[in-house]
Amino acid sequence: MTTADLIGKIFVVILGVAVFAAIIGLILFFVDRAPKRGRDYWQLAGFLLPTALLLGFGLIYPAIRTTTLAFANRAGEFIGLDNFVWAFTQPAGLISIRNSVIWVILVPLLSTAIGLAYAVFIDKARGERVYKSLVFMPMAISFVGAGVIWRFVYEYRGPNQDQIGLLNAVVTGLGGEPVRWLQEAPMNTFFLIVVMIWVQTGFAMVVLSAAIKGVPTEQIEAAELDGTNAWQRFTNVTIPSIRGSLVVVVTTISIATLKVFDIVRTMTAGNFETSVVANEMYTQAFRANEAGRGAALAVILFLMVLPIVIYNVNILRKQREIR
Amino acid sequence: MSSIRHRRWIVPIAAAATLGLTLTACTGDIAAEDAADTDCSDYEEYGTFDGEEVSVYGTIVEVEAERLEASWADFETCTGIDVTYQGTQEFETQVRVLVDGDNAPDLGIFPQPGLFATFADDLVAPPAEVEANVDEYWSEDWKGFGTVDGTFLGAPLMASVKGFIWYSPAMFEENGWEQPETLDDLMALTDEIASSGAVDKPWCAGFSSGEATGWPGTDWVEDMVLRLHGPEVYDQWTSHEIPFNDPQIVEAFDAAGDILKNEDYVNGGYGDVRSINDITFNEGGWTILDGQCALHHQASFYEGLWPEGTTVAEDGDIWAFITPGQEAGAADVTGGGEIVGAFTESEAVAAFQTYLSTPLWANNRVSEGGVISANSGVDPENLSSDLLREAYAILQDENTTFRFDGSDIMPGAVGSASFWAGIVDWISGTDTQTVVDQIEASWPQ
Repeated sequence: MTTADLIGKIFVVILGVAVFAAIIGLILFFVDRAPKRGRDYWQLAGFLLPTALLLGFGLIYPAIRTTTLAFANRAGEFIGLDNFVWAFTQPAGLISIRNSVIWVILVPLLSTAIGLAYAVFIDKARGERVYKSLVFMPMAISFVGAGVIWRFVYEYRGPNQDQIGLLNAVVTGLGGEPVRWLQEAPMNTFFLIVVMIWVQTGFAMVVLSAAIKGVPTEQIEAAELDGTNAWQRFTNVTIPSIRGSLVVVVTTISIATLKVFDIVRTMTAGNFETSVVANEMYTQAFRANEAGRGAALAVILFLMVLPIVIYNVNILRKQREIR
Repeated sequence: MSSIRHRRWIVPIAAAATLGLTLTACTGDIAAEDAADTDCSDYEEYGTFDGEEVSVYGTIVEVEAERLEASWADFETCTGIDVTYQGTQEFETQVRVLVDGDNAPDLGIFPQPGLFATFADDLVAPPAEVEANVDEYWSEDWKGFGTVDGTFLGAPLMASVKGFIWYSPAMFEENGWEQPETLDDLMALTDEIASSGAVDKPWCAGFSSGEATGWPGTDWVEDMVLRLHGPEVYDQWTSHEIPFNDPQIVEAFDAAGDILKNEDYVNGGYGDVRSINDITFNEGGWTILDGQCALHHQASFYEGLWPEGTTVAEDGDIWAFITPGQEAGAADVTGGGEIVGAFTESEAVAAFQTYLSTPLWANNRVSEGGVISANSGVDPENLSSDLLREAYAILQDENTTFRFDGSDIMPGAVGSASFWAGIVDWISGTDTQTVVDQIEASWPQ
């Protein structure tokens, strides 16, 4: 890159920001000067229209386009449900759907459970902040980064070679045979799930810890006076009080899990029966050049996420009504 | 108080100064674009054009793209044509978009003949000089790659050869082993090496390559199909005139499997058969250097992947021979290459297209290093290494039948998805029939 290119690029960035600011400024200016009659509507339109346009172009149009693609073949001709038939009959499609179901059951459950237990145990302990940041830190690592780190942990070398993977070094150090953690189906899927749990536990822990601190001490003390033990207090007082946060944590992690792609892609690339729907969608659409099959998988993924989103919205709405 | 106020200014000023210094450090390159004193006598026949532009689009990127641009720098200086090259790894999908959207480049450098043929209706026939050059300097096979339904549409550009078997000359000499002449010899040699105990195991391989894991195995199978059943069956297989699970293809898989899936033969220095899926393709043959493995199958580009300090030469640390055929001297090779097609008709485009088909260009390009061309006008002295000279000699041999890498010709759903995944399963222990049936089922209708 020459200096001229560099200066040009910097100029384009500055210009872009300036144009954006100018447009927003213009909209605000005109909205402010709108005629008195129906000013509310003008202002409403002025503020909502840009968002509505962006949503329309960036979300709604692609969603419709993807759905129509799902019913077309590579040449764009309508072929009915063939792509869905493919997804539910070919091993590639079936395995990825099965694995996505395993992921979405295990990851939210385990990471929430571990996060909750950890939050309870370190609550009001000395050095709580340090303990918290230790578990929260993996959240700051991208999924690709986490995948690369854990691939080294699971790395396999033959029994006669030096083990360069941490886990196999431990196993052989204890006198065992090295194990192909990422190649042996079906256990490899579970070793991938461990990575996701490692990343997501921190999120669950932080949210739930904050919720636990919000439980009124009066209720805890009242329960104590009633002669309850710690476990009873936890199940009968703490859990009901933090139910809202629990639902948010579980649903958020569920959605993130259904979309998981990076971990599988970096660690096994979907080989050895570890593929998930999002990974297979990418493979079909961009590597195999079968946009229809990829779109069909995207629609399946969307349908899997939909109930969780609806449930989440419902719970949030109910909570608002209570308040 | 005043010191605090000062400090507020120091950081932005320091930042601005750093940025300024960084920018001035880059300015040297602006002045570098000076007109060189070029000898233009070779380029007089193309005439001069005043500021005309030719846009070229292809898959070649990074260093290779820089070398490509350097190969026509003199042409630009002498003719006045401004060639703008754009390389992208998404060429296969993007070129269709560009052509359909009336934004076609002037020239496209197509990495495979199948894709080239799908553009037959959009391409402009090259000037007669191009066809004359191809007739003079290229073999029938190569001319065929640029010919669609009997109409010649484009000349080949560069080439690469797959299916080399890498070995250590010193190790061979020490143990009295010899380069095999036929496939049977190769199996006999493998057996001899295995029983001699001189190395851990005779063969080493690595198929791991991120999302493309498995692709080196497709080269094995392609080599076997071409060598066992010949070019006709190979063409039928890659164009799906025979199914992927045809018995002849199963036979080729099993021939490769006689080596790759035999625990006594692989994976030298790395472990058992399944370790092939663990080892990355770039370190697949490295155990030859440690004396733990004797043979490694990989394309000519592997020359550049040996650890630093390895000499690749007939009397060096590492050398290679081409995978033999069923009979001695029957050289059927797989490989890659490009075909140049024009989308616009203009004198400047025609002049540039003609230049690309000449030995002059081919020699300019190979002098930059790293590649060969099947153009017989190339002076082997200009090739950058002994191995490239070997590969060039194979391409120039009259008996050589050249076929494009099959997985590049097959549709993406097979060639860059299910074929790779099938190889991974196959190495993991799945039997051949199941694997080829699955790949056949994934072939798009």
